[in-house]
Amino acid sequence: MTLNTSRRGFLKGAAAAGAVLVVGLKPNGALAAGGSTAQINPFVKIGADGRVIAIIKHFEKGQGPATGLSTLIAEEIGVTMDQIDYEFAPSNPELYANLAFGQIQGTGGSTAMANSFMQYRTAGAAARAVILDAAAQATGVDAGTLDIVDGMVTGAGTPMPLGDFVAAATELEAPAEPTLKTPDQWRLIGNPDIRRLDSKIKGDGTAMYAMDVYLPNQMIAMLARPPQQGGLVAGFDDSAAREVKGFIRAATLPNNAAVAVYAENTWAAMQAREALSVEWDLSNAETRDSTQIKAEIMAALDADAEYNVLKNDPAPMDQAAQVIEQTFYFPLLAHAAMEPLNCTIEANEDGGVTLHDGAQMPTGPHMAMAQIFDLPMDKVRINTMLAGGSFGRRATPTADYQVEAALAFVITDRTRPVKLVWSREDDMRGGYYRPAFGHKVRVGLSDTGDIVAWDHRIAGQSIMKGTAFEAFAVHDGVDHSSVEGTADTPYTIPGMHVGLTDTKKATSTLWWRSVGHTHTAHAMEVMMDMAARAAGRDPVEFRLAYLGDSTDAKRKAGVLKLAAEKGNWGNAPAGRTQGIAVHKSFGSFVAEVVEVSGTADTGIQIEKVTCAVDCGIAVNPDVIKAQIEGGVGYGLGHVMRDEITLTGGVVDQYNFPDYEPLRMRDIGAIETHIVASAEPPTGIGEPGTPPAAPALANAIAQTGTIVGVLPMINDGVEFA
Amino acid sequence: MSLVLKLNGVEHTVDAEPGTPLLWVLRDELQMTGTKFGCGVASCGACTVHVDGFPMRSCITAAEDVAGAEITTIEAIGATKEGAAIQQAWEELDVVQCGYCQSGQIMSAVGLLTENPKPSVGDIHDYMDGNACRCATYQRIRAGIQRASEIMEG
Repeated sequence: MTLNTSRRGFLKGAAAAGAVLVVGLKPNGALAAGGSTAQINPFVKIGADGRVIAIIKHFEKGQGPATGLSTLIAEEIGVTMDQIDYEFAPSNPELYANLAFGQIQGTGGSTAMANSFMQYRTAGAAARAVILDAAAQATGVDAGTLDIVDGMVTGAGTPMPLGDFVAAATELEAPAEPTLKTPDQWRLIGNPDIRRLDSKIKGDGTAMYAMDVYLPNQMIAMLARPPQQGGLVAGFDDSAAREVKGFIRAATLPNNAAVAVYAENTWAAMQAREALSVEWDLSNAETRDSTQIKAEIMAALDADAEYNVLKNDPAPMDQAAQVIEQTFYFPLLAHAAMEPLNCTIEANEDGGVTLHDGAQMPTGPHMAMAQIFDLPMDKVRINTMLAGGSFGRRATPTADYQVEAALAFVITDRTRPVKLVWSREDDMRGGYYRPAFGHKVRVGLSDTGDIVAWDHRIAGQSIMKGTAFEAFAVHDGVDHSSVEGTADTPYTIPGMHVGLTDTKKATSTLWWRSVGHTHTAHAMEVMMDMAARAAGRDPVEFRLAYLGDSTDAKRKAGVLKLAAEKGNWGNAPAGRTQGIAVHKSFGSFVAEVVEVSGTADTGIQIEKVTCAVDCGIAVNPDVIKAQIEGGVGYGLGHVMRDEITLTGGVVDQYNFPDYEPLRMRDIGAIETHIVASAEPPTGIGEPGTPPAAPALANAIAQTGTIVGVLPMINDGVEFA
Repeated sequence: MSLVLKLNGVEHTVDAEPGTPLLWVLRDELQMTGTKFGCGVASCGACTVHVDGFPMRSCITAAEDVAGAEITTIEAIGATKEGAAIQQAWEELDVVQCGYCQSGQIMSAVGLLTENPKPSVGDIHDYMDGNACRCATYQRIRAGIQRASEIMEG
C-alpha cells in the first residue's frame, strides 16, 4: 500500500484539512522553544526525551486498539511498551479514515486492527527511518548499519537515546515505502506478555470517559423524550421543575423531538425532568406491541420470500428421506453499555465548537455539528474520550445523541458548555436496538444422513436501509447484514436456498456486537446440530463433512477441531453435557464448546467454555483472549434472559433490574486457544459472540430441550 | 445545605440539596470522577465507595447520611493493603476492558478481601453478584481477587 507518511506531505494535508495537529512545532517544523514533542507523521509523535506517542485513530471501548496500534508503532520504531504512550486522533477523515470504510473515520465491523495493521506499521517504520537518517548524519555512520533497540540508537559506538535525533529528524523526508520489520524480527507483535496500556488508569480511577468531562461553568442537560418513538412535543409545563434548586430552564428542541431540561448539576437535572409535565403529540408514534412485531415476522417466514438471496438448485425437499424443521425468534436487544450515553459541547474562541465524546464514528457527528451550527468542517473539533463500552450503540448513522446535544446547545446563548447526560433508563429505552428477526429452516437429509436440501427463510428489520450506509450495504434490495453468515457460509451445503423478507421497523434498529451474525450463526449452528443428531452422527464429524477445500473451510475446520480437542469434546465429565458451534465473522473463525450441568427443568449452569480462534496474525494475544471471553459473555448473557419488548409502542424495560446483565456466577471458566497464523489480522471484537449462544443451545439440546424462541427463559429453560 | 464530608481522609465542605446522592456530590461538586454513574438504582455497582470501611452504592446513599463518616473512593483505595493488592492483580491480569465498571468492581473486591482474605469461588460470586460488567470481564475479576489474595499473603 502507499501511504503519505512524510512529514511535509502530512503538514500539507493537515493544512488543507484545516486541522491544527502539530504540537510543539514552529511553522518551519523545528521544535518550538520549550516544546517537547515533534509530530513525525500523522500517527507518531516523539518527544525530545525519546518518548513515543502513538496517535490512535480508533476509539477505545475496551476492545484494545490503544494497545494494539501502539504495539505496531513501538515494534517498528524499536521502543518498548514502557516507552510509548497514546492519544486519540482528532476528527480528520483525510488522515484518519477507516480504510475499510472509505472516507469515514470510525470504528466498527471489528476492523480496527485489520485496516490499521499495514498503515501503523508503515507509519512506525517511516518514523524509524527519519530518526536513523538523522542519527547517520550526526554520527557519520551509514544508516543501514544503525538500529533502534529499546529506544536507543545502536551501531555507532555507545548507544544514544533516540530522542537526541528527533529535532533533526523532523527536517528530513521519510521514505514513502519504508522497510518494515519481518515477522522473525518481531518482539512485540504476537508477544503474549504485552500488557494493556490502559490497565493502570482504569484501575485507579484516573481514566477519563466522556461522562467525566467537567468544563468550567458547564450546564447539565437531560431530555424528556416521548414515550413512543415518533412522538413530538406538543407543549410542556415546567412550573414544578422551577421548584428544583439548580434548575435553569426547560426548552423544546428545534426538531420538537424532546424537551431539554438544563440544570446546574446532574441530580438537579434528574429531579427537574421528573417534575416536568410534557404534552405529547403521538399521532405519528409507534403503537404496536412486540407480540405483533413477532407475529408479523413469523408470518413472513411462511410466505414467499421477498428476496431470494441464494438459490442453489435445491434438491426437492420431498425427495429427502427425512426433513427436520425449526423456527427461531430473536427479540429486540439493547446494547446497554456500562457508561450511559453522553457528550459535552462547548463554543470555541474561533467561533467553532468542540464536542467531547466517546466518539465511535467521529465523521458522523462532525458533519452533523457543521450542519447544525452552520460551520465549515474545520471549525468543528471532536475530542475523543475513552468510551465505557458501546457494542455498536455509539455509532448511529444519525449521530443521534450528539445531535441531541448540539440541538440542546444551539438554542442557548452558547456561553456555557452543555453536557448532555442520559440516565440508564434513557439508555435502555432509547431505541437503536438489535432488530428482531425470525428464521425458519428446513433441512432435508438423504437416507444415508447427508444434507440434500437446506431451505433457510429469514425475516426481520433491515439495519442498513434508509441510512447513509444503504448504498454500501444493500444490493438488489438485500441488506447483506440481514443474511451474512448464511448465504456466504464456508460450509458447502448442497441445495441451499436463502430467502429474506424485510419487515416494517417498529423502532430504530442498529448493529449490535456482531450484527447479523447474532442471529444467523445461531440458526445455522443449531440446525447443523439438529441435522447431525437426526443423521445419528457426531456434530463435529458432521460439520467437517461440509467443510471442503476452500481456504475459509479449512480455517473453519481448523478451529472446530482445535476447540473440540481442547474442550475434550465427547468426553464431558459426569453430569455435564456439551454443545459446540463454529462460525466465521468479520474475517475470523471461532469455535466454542459450551459445557453445562443441569437440565432445562432443574436449571442449567454454564460450567465451562472452550474457544478456538483464528484471526490471522495475533498482534496482542492476551487482548484477543480477553475479547473472546467478553464476546462469549455478551452472547450468552443476552440469550439466557434478555429482551426488549414494547407495549403500545412503549418500551417495557427500564433499567438493569428488568434487563438483567450477565453476572459473575452465571458463567464458569472460559479458555481460549489461538491458532498460529501468518494471514493478515482480522476482526476480534465481535467474532467471539456468534458461536456462544448456539453452542449453549446445542448443549441444552443434549439434555432434551430444543430452544427456538429467545431469550431461552421464554422457551422453558431455567438457569441455575 | 452545607455538609462536611470526610473523603479519603480530607474534609470537604460542600453545598448539596437534601437527598442528593453521594455519587453526584463526588462527581459534580468535587470532580472526583473515578466513582461512576451506571444505573442510579444500585443494580450495577459502578458507583461503589467505602463508608467506614464497608462498600456502599453511592448512587442511592444521600450525602447527608454519611456526613461525618470516613468515605474512601477509588482514588485512595490503593493506600490500603487490600486495595494495593487488588490494583496490582488487576494490572498483572489485565482485568479491564472498557473499564467503566472497574472502579466499583475494585471497591467491592477490596471490601471482600477486607472481610475475607481467602475467599472461595462461591464467596467471590456471592460478594460480587451486585457488580455488573457489560464487557463480561468476570473470569479475570475472579482470578484477580484470587491473585490479590495471594499477594496479600506475601
